[in-house]
Amino acid sequence: MKSHYNFAFFDEGSKREIRRATLKAIAIPGYQVPFASREMPIARGWGTGGLQLTLSLIGKEDVLKVIDQGSDESVNAVNIKKLVSHTAGIRSTEETEEATIIQSRHRIPEVPLKSGQILVLQVPMPEPLRVYEPSELETKKLHAEKEYSGAWVMLFEHIMKYGTAATGADHPVMVHNRYVMAPSPIPRFDNPKMDHSKALILLGAGREKKIYAVPPYTRVKSIDFDDSPFRVESFEDKSCRLCGSTGVFMDEIVDDQSGEAVYQCNDTSYCLAQMNKNMPVGGTSNEQV
Amino acid sequence: MGYVAVKGGTRAIEESIKRLKYERLKNGTVLDVGQIEGGMRSLIDQVMSESSLYSPLLASLAIKQAEGSPEEAVFLLRAYRSTLPRKHYSRVAEPERMRVERRISASFKDIPGGQVLGATTDYTHRLLDFELMSETEEAVQRWLSDFYEDSFRSDEKVPSEYFPKVLDYLRKEGLMEICEIDDTEPDDVTKKSLKFPSSRSQRLQILTRGQTGAVTSLAYAVIRGYGTLHPTVGELRVGSLPVYIDDPVNESQEEEESYYIGDVKVSEAEMLVPVTVEKERGIEEVEFEVGYGICYGQNETKAIAMGILDNSLEQGEARYPTQDEEFVLYHIDSVESTGFISHLKMPHYVTFQSKLDSARKTKQTEKVREGQKDEITL
Repeated sequence: MKSHYNFAFFDEGSKREIRRATLKAIAIPGYQVPFASREMPIARGWGTGGLQLTLSLIGKEDVLKVIDQGSDESVNAVNIKKLVSHTAGIRSTEETEEATIIQSRHRIPEVPLKSGQILVLQVPMPEPLRVYEPSELETKKLHAEKEYSGAWVMLFEHIMKYGTAATGADHPVMVHNRYVMAPSPIPRFDNPKMDHSKALILLGAGREKKIYAVPPYTRVKSIDFDDSPFRVESFEDKSCRLCGSTGVFMDEIVDDQSGEAVYQCNDTSYCLAQMNKNMPVGGTSNEQV
Repeated sequence: MGYVAVKGGTRAIEESIKRLKYERLKNGTVLDVGQIEGGMRSLIDQVMSESSLYSPLLASLAIKQAEGSPEEAVFLLRAYRSTLPRKHYSRVAEPERMRVERRISASFKDIPGGQVLGATTDYTHRLLDFELMSETEEAVQRWLSDFYEDSFRSDEKVPSEYFPKVLDYLRKEGLMEICEIDDTEPDDVTKKSLKFPSSRSQRLQILTRGQTGAVTSLAYAVIRGYGTLHPTVGELRVGSLPVYIDDPVNESQEEEESYYIGDVKVSEAEMLVPVTVEKERGIEEVEFEVGYGICYGQNETKAIAMGILDNSLEQGEARYPTQDEEFVLYHIDSVESTGFISHLKMPHYVTFQSKLDSARKTKQTEKVREGQKDEITL
């Protein structure tokens, strides 16, 4: 099977073309660069944009981590990891610190990223203005003219209607004071991690055929109003039922027996690391893991 | 919780894939790829067309692997296509030089060269043929030898396989504008992604790769009410187009030096759309516009539907969604639409948690507001 495909799936010409678009994206932070997105062995909407970035960048020395909604073992993360190691034969890891390329769907890991690392985010809807302008031709003009009043009007309407900004994940950000950008559907909790990130952040939208980037140490600000500042999801006094962490993004789980809501770290690799730290030397293993 | 438990995802996936294989094999039937290629002509044609990859053999393999699902087979072939380098570009293929198997016009009864019905289901009664349940190889062989004998014995002059285009006849009559042949290199949406306003070559390419059902449905909307068209089939032809490439070594552009590399079977539709054109001093005349459709294999509905949409998208000012190029071109691709619909099955725990947080916050503010209201009324 392996011999039927080139290293990292693509032919070299395709990889070069994707890298050219990537370089342009890095040169213009937050600007969506169109690229000739290929059909991939995984479905459109399942991370083909991120996968194309990863495959175009990966070399034999790289160590890959893939997470899906915080989990290294989620179906899609496993699938993507399998495909990359199947066609490139490279090593994968679950430890954020060890990875050189981290492909992620909808989360930025809890462990702070370092310089030299590349975070590849999978993007379903790259256009932050699409909510109120369905036409691509029009949104391109709006970006060119830096005409973003619509984005603020949208937030304003939320506040009028609901009393608060009701954006869920994918709260739009302003990049380097120039482009309004969809940070991909990461929770609002992760938005501040993009600001002055030490790692290079690349965002790939396969179906919508766009690549964009936040180079290291770039200013990224979630859009808001002075008198109604941006707020992240709050888990207040909640702590992880497995590792006891607080101040991280949590999954809310309904306990089968008691029917009550319990919380645990969404970032499974972080959670595991915390548990290992807490474990006394020679202690018994935690069966819940 | 099933599918994103903290651990154990990998094994669950392996078991699921095993289960899928079991479903394909559980009856103990080994489906031969050759049998699929021999008997699933229409499905193969549809899959090749939506995949933009002309290979009956690979399409048959994809259909086998996909257990007959067109969307899955197209997906497999498109992913395979992504790994193929472009080694050559063909010369322009002229549909006039098509070896015609079927060719009809709904506009003129007596077209130069005559109507050739060829193979079509158009005139069959759609009654289930229960005799096919017990079709035997001997019976098939017998039927075939009778068929060959018949066709050779017939005294009728075998008509030429090459036919002039019906539309050229209209052009000679002055009923249609004569257009210059435009051989500029077409844009390729698989090399450079679509930008708007799109070029006609981009539109035609997206339409011909479109999902058969989606292309048909949107074209149906055009002629039913969401468009102003009442088109007529000027000419519909099905046949084989020879493909030539220039000599890759000598880089000569001469036709005589080019190499024949094979045939592709296509369906081509030229749709006639009457329009009223205002001439000098307010005098109106009726002229005809053309909508052009072409696709791999014999898939006449798709070719005709493509012709309708091509013309609809030429209207410029979009009064209907079917005239809006972004609406049509962004939504008819099989891999893209089925992919994005199916991605909804993926876990959305983080995004949903985030939305939940917002929903709770709005509820809280609502309560506060209601509280305030109560205070006021008190």
